[in-house]
Amino acid sequence: MNGNDGIITTSNPLCANGMSIVSTTDTDLLRIADRTFSSRLLAGTGKFSSGRVMREAIAASESELVTVALKRAGLNREKDPFADILDYLESDRYLVLPNTAGAMNADEAVRIARLALAAGLPNWVKLEIHPDPHYLLPDPIETLRAAEILVKEQFVVLPYINADPVLALRLQDIGCATVMPLGSPIGSNRGLETRAQIEIIIEQARVPVVVDAGLGAPSHAAAAMEMGADAVLVNTAIAVARDPVLMAQAFSAAVAAGRTAYCLGLPSVSSHAMATSPLTSFLD
Amino acid sequence: MESFSGIFPTLPLGELASTTGRSSAHDVERILRQGRACSLSDFATLLSPAAEDYLEQMAGLSACITERHFGRVIRLFAPLYLSNECINVCRYCGFSRTNPIPRFTVPILQVEKETRLLAAQGFRSLLLVAGEHPKFVNNGYVQSVIERILPTAPSIAIEIAPMETEDYLPIVGAGCEGLVVYQETYHEETYREMHPSGPKKRFGWRLDTPERGYAAGFRRLGIGALYGLYDWRYEAVATAAHALHLLRHCWKAHLNLSFPRLRPAAGGFAPDERFIISDRELVQLICAFRILLPHAGLVLSTRESRQFRDGMVGLGITQMSAGSSTEPGGYSNFDENQWTPPADQPGEQFHIADERPPAEFARMIRRRGYEPVWKDFDRSLVSATTLPA
Repeated sequence: MNGNDGIITTSNPLCANGMSIVSTTDTDLLRIADRTFSSRLLAGTGKFSSGRVMREAIAASESELVTVALKRAGLNREKDPFADILDYLESDRYLVLPNTAGAMNADEAVRIARLALAAGLPNWVKLEIHPDPHYLLPDPIETLRAAEILVKEQFVVLPYINADPVLALRLQDIGCATVMPLGSPIGSNRGLETRAQIEIIIEQARVPVVVDAGLGAPSHAAAAMEMGADAVLVNTAIAVARDPVLMAQAFSAAVAAGRTAYCLGLPSVSSHAMATSPLTSFLD
Repeated sequence: MESFSGIFPTLPLGELASTTGRSSAHDVERILRQGRACSLSDFATLLSPAAEDYLEQMAGLSACITERHFGRVIRLFAPLYLSNECINVCRYCGFSRTNPIPRFTVPILQVEKETRLLAAQGFRSLLLVAGEHPKFVNNGYVQSVIERILPTAPSIAIEIAPMETEDYLPIVGAGCEGLVVYQETYHEETYREMHPSGPKKRFGWRLDTPERGYAAGFRRLGIGALYGLYDWRYEAVATAAHALHLLRHCWKAHLNLSFPRLRPAAGGFAPDERFIISDRELVQLICAFRILLPHAGLVLSTRESRQFRDGMVGLGITQMSAGSSTEPGGYSNFDENQWTPPADQPGEQFHIADERPPAEFARMIRRRGYEPVWKDFDRSLVSATTLPA
């Protein structure tokens, strides 16, 4: 089975706008490939001031899907106190999502994904290929090429992409389990600068859309969820916060709020004032 | 594509460095308000005497930018000196051909042993350093060393004499990811004076080394000037111009900058007092580089004092060495448990200032609220040659 063979729902049926929903938390699960997740906040593990702070912040975020850069991990199955990032993530609590950060082309990404699998990590991979090490923008050509290989090898592939709707469709066509368009460059905290493109990706999506990168404030995450994103991934804004645990909680609350608002349906926007009490009620 | 040596003579470096004397507080405030130096001219303004009064604000902005892009981490690496055999005469360098020091090229088996010693201290990222010698160094030796130590040290950079692209290819193919080459001084007249003899005399050839390395597939490029040979503001502006050129032309490579200051070395070279950069000025310079180049790696070695290095954690620096020996084979003589060097290191390139062992240095980083990162690269990424498209 590849990532697209599993039944993947982009939104919960209860979430049709206008449905009466009291709480979405118990029934509104995020489904990716053959797994479901209560939390729609994915966490990253980079940039934290210590392993302990990382562990506490991720716990506070209530994330169940946590991505780890394999280049920082010891992958030779031996305990390594100098490359122990995986030791801080309890395997029964989180699904570790290995990522290929550091890969500059498809061959490197494929190699590191295979290595992670051989080291006993899940066959899930967050596919990141950024040949430009300064802005870390993803290479669409190499990403598509690597995704084709990895899907064929039964990996559940979650590709990090620029907010390009056609690329998102191409990746879905070959069997990727999600698409992960960026809101703005990694670490920039600039929010949803690609909003118009992400809206198209969401509209056309047959797999969950996870907005990844650039979300610098809980309001950014809430906005992405209100738009209909299935989940968001946050790292920098939590990791470098003055109090990462509190910020993780803030993001968690924002994601839940945004999701609830999306499910309820936001009121339409008008450029004209609409009186709360109808102006023509005297006619009734 | 025009190489850096091709455009170098057209750059107004001297003019930019000298106009810093005319920069005003208003100019500095404008750059701090915009949050980034957008040009070489902005950068020169941040180096100006007028900017000295804004050091605290510059440090705050530099810290903020660094944290956003790199997080609260410091990557650690160790230099591993392979050979002090050298055919160049460099007036400031302990390895200079004319200096009567014991000469030694470390046998590969001993390099492997030292790599294991360094790995036991935590290091997975090594910088291989050697002098220039066709018989001992530039003969396939470095490539063999890399092949042998890569399983223990996945991240390897070299700081050896400049080569042609085709000579770099087997080194990249062996798994080496980084190339470091300091221009020493970007002031051509001073360069000629400092390098009277040997292949290193060729100023332009050295200038273009990073581009030749990039063409061979290095994914990390390190550049810098050796501060103390000429006016520091000129050197900084020239280094910045070089960095901006490399960012445009070598876009797949991660750029690192270092700011080495001259240290006492065999030969007894005494720098011109006019060219000595103070601690305060060095902080100003490092912060200015961060405000110009938000994504560049900024490196600080054990040349600097303990107090200075501790203070720079969080202010812009992203990579640091610790517990270093600058003597080929030097780690073999360290006390393995305490990681202390012997009193006498006659074959060293220069004497380091911060002798703390790596574990103690890492503790300091943690105390300051940062994570020391030992491994940030996996050999699987470079198990095959990667050539730029």
